[in-house]
Amino acid sequence: MSKLVGFSIAALFVLVVANGPPAQEQQTFKSAWTATPVSGEGQPRGYVQFQDYCAACHGEGQDKPGTLALGAKYKGAEPAMLEKRTDLTPQLIKLYVRNGITVMPFFRKTEISDADLGAIAAYLTRNNKPQ
Amino acid sequence: MKVPPGVSPTDFAAALAQFEQAVGKEWVFTSDEDVALYRDAYSPFIGEPDEIVASAAVAPDTVEQVQQVVKIANNYKVPIYTISTGKNLGYGGSAPVLSGSVVLDLKRMNRILEVNENNAYALVEPGVTYFDLYRYIQEKGLKLWIDVPDPGWGSPVGNSLDRGGGYLMAQYRNHFDSHCGMEIVLANGEIIRTGMGAMPGAKTWQEYKTGFGPWVDGIFSQSNFGVVTKMGFWLMPEPDAYLSGIVYVARRDDLIPLIETLNYLENTRVTNGMPDLGSPLLHIPMISEIAEWNEGNGPAPPDAELAGLLAKGEGGLSPDLEQYALKNGIAYWSCKLSFYGAEKANAANWEFAQEKFSKISGVKFVQKENYKLPLTPEQREKVHKPQFGIPSLTMFSIGARSPVNPNPTNGHMWFSPIIPRTGEAIFEANRVFAEAAKEFNVPALSFSLPSTYWERAFIYIFAFPVTRDEDTNKKNRAAFKRIVQRAAEHGWGEYRTAPAFQSVIMDTYAYNNHALLRFHETLKDAVDPNGILSAGRYGIWPKHLREAKA
Repeated sequence: MSKLVGFSIAALFVLVVANGPPAQEQQTFKSAWTATPVSGEGQPRGYVQFQDYCAACHGEGQDKPGTLALGAKYKGAEPAMLEKRTDLTPQLIKLYVRNGITVMPFFRKTEISDADLGAIAAYLTRNNKPQ
Repeated sequence: MKVPPGVSPTDFAAALAQFEQAVGKEWVFTSDEDVALYRDAYSPFIGEPDEIVASAAVAPDTVEQVQQVVKIANNYKVPIYTISTGKNLGYGGSAPVLSGSVVLDLKRMNRILEVNENNAYALVEPGVTYFDLYRYIQEKGLKLWIDVPDPGWGSPVGNSLDRGGGYLMAQYRNHFDSHCGMEIVLANGEIIRTGMGAMPGAKTWQEYKTGFGPWVDGIFSQSNFGVVTKMGFWLMPEPDAYLSGIVYVARRDDLIPLIETLNYLENTRVTNGMPDLGSPLLHIPMISEIAEWNEGNGPAPPDAELAGLLAKGEGGLSPDLEQYALKNGIAYWSCKLSFYGAEKANAANWEFAQEKFSKISGVKFVQKENYKLPLTPEQREKVHKPQFGIPSLTMFSIGARSPVNPNPTNGHMWFSPIIPRTGEAIFEANRVFAEAAKEFNVPALSFSLPSTYWERAFIYIFAFPVTRDEDTNKKNRAAFKRIVQRAAEHGWGEYRTAPAFQSVIMDTYAYNNHALLRFHETLKDAVDPNGILSAGRYGIWPKHLREAKA
C-alpha cells in the first residue's frame, strides 16, 4: 500500500511538472504612446523617441491635437508640425516637455528620461540654420 | 525640500537614504525640479499656496522593491501616494491627495506578464499603458482587442482602480468589472493575491474572479488599502464584423421612448456596443463625431433663426425649437447603435432594433459603418479608434487650441454625476445644472447629453475649466462644490473626482450618518494602522489625520 501511495505521489509530481504554470514572459517594454512602432533605421537621432512620445499629438494629420493646436495658433506663419520647424531650440523643447502648455501636461523622468528628451530636442532642431 | 507632515527632517532623510538603497539613487527624486513633475498638471489650485504637492518621489522597478519601500515608509511613518502611469488628468494626475506625501511612482513596472489568446485575458503590471498592451498584442499577431479609455497613455491597472471606462462591448467597458485577479502589497509589506490567486499554483487566476470566501477586490479600487502590483483583465476577442446605424427622432419628447427602447435593446444584448447620443438640432455631436467637428468638418453653424432660438431656448428646450426642427427636417436627437459580432447577426440585430424604434412616429434610420474586421488601413484612419480597441490621444483635441476653440484652458476638473438612464432624467439634470450654473455665476452649461459607458445608468461628464488665474479657479472651485451638493439633493452622486473634491463628494454618500465612510475608516485603521498609504484618497483619511482635522 505504501508503495502504491509513493507511486501515486510520484505520478502526481510528474503530472504537476508536465502541466506546470505557463512560463510568464516578463516582457518589459519601453513605454510609448503610439499604436504603431517605427523603425529608427536610417533616421536621425531622436526620430524614434519623437514618434514614440510626441507623434500621437504632434504627428501629421488633423486628428493630432498638438498639430491642430499649433496650426490654430500660428495660422500658417509657422508649420503646424513640430518636425517641420526650423526655429526651435533644445531649451524651448525641454521647457515645454517639463512644464507643459495649456492642456499638454508636463512629463516625469520615469516617462521621458533626460536622455530621451535630449534626443528629441536634437531631432527637432536638426534642420535649424546655423546661427 | 518639503518634509512630509508629522515626519521629522531626520527621519525623512533616513527614509530617503533607505529608499535609495532599495531602488537605486537615480530613482529617488528629491530636487525641486524633479518633484515639480509630480504636480497635478490640471490642479484647480495650481500655483496657489494650497496646491497639493509631493515632497519626493520614489520609483521602484519590482514588487520586491515596492515591498521594501512600503516597509521603510511604514517604519518611519512617511506618507506615500501610489500612482501607476500618472496620466489621470482631470482626476488628479500624478499628484498626491495629502500634501507632502512621497509619490510611489510605479511607471517603471511595465511588464506584460501574460497574454492568453485562447481565453482572452492579460496579466500586467501598473506601469503598462494601453498603448504598450496594444503594441504587444499587435506584435504577437494575437486576435485580441483591448478596451481603451479615450486617452490611451494611461494604465489599465490605474484606470480600472479609478473605475474608468471605455468603448467596446458592454462587459468590457467598465474597466474594474472586467478585471480578474489582483496582487497587492499591504502597508506592512506583505503580498496578497485575490480570487483564485490566493491558491498557490492556481491555474485560473485570470479566468475566475471570485475565488473562495469574501471577494475583496472592490476595496482596493478608489481607496488606499494597499498597493496593487499586478492585475488581470479580460480582453475582447476580435469580432467578425462591426456595424453601426443611427436612429433620428424629430421631437423633444421622443427622447423618452428613444432611451426606453435603447435600454431594452442593450439589456437584451441586441446592441452590444456603446450607444452614442447627439442632437443635430442643438449642435451636440455624438462622441464619434467630436474629432471631425473640432477639425472644422462639422455641420454648418446654425442660421440666424436657429441661433436666436438656441439663445433663448431655455436649456435647449422650447416649442419654437421643436417647430424649427420639424419645419426644416432636422432631427432633435440622434443615437448611434454599434454591433460587434458575426456579420449576418449584426445585420439582423440592426433590423430588429429598427423594428423596435419604429413605434416612435417619424423615426428615421441611417446605416453607417459596416466593416469586416480587422479594419483596413483606410477604415482605421476614419474611425473613432477606441471603438475598435485602438489607443489614441485624439480626444485631447477637445481641450486643445483648435479652429473651434481659439482660447484653450490649462486643463479641467471633471464633474461627473451618475443619473438614471431615462429621457426624463436627462431633462431634469439639464434644468437643474443650468439653474445651478446661473445661480453660482459660472458659464451656463449648455444643454448636454450624457455618456453611455455604463449599462444601467447615464453619466454626465462636465469639464470645469482650470486656468492660470487664481480668482477664476477659486470661483470655479466654489461652484464645483456647490453643484456637487445640488446634485446630491437630487439623488445624483459623482462616480470619480479630483483630489481637491474627494472628501466633499464622499461626504454626500452620507446614508445613516456616513455609515459607509465609517466602515471604510475602520478598514483603513485595521490594514494600515500608521496611515502611510495614499492618505485622503477618495476621502478616506487615516486615524491620526482624522483626529487632527476634528
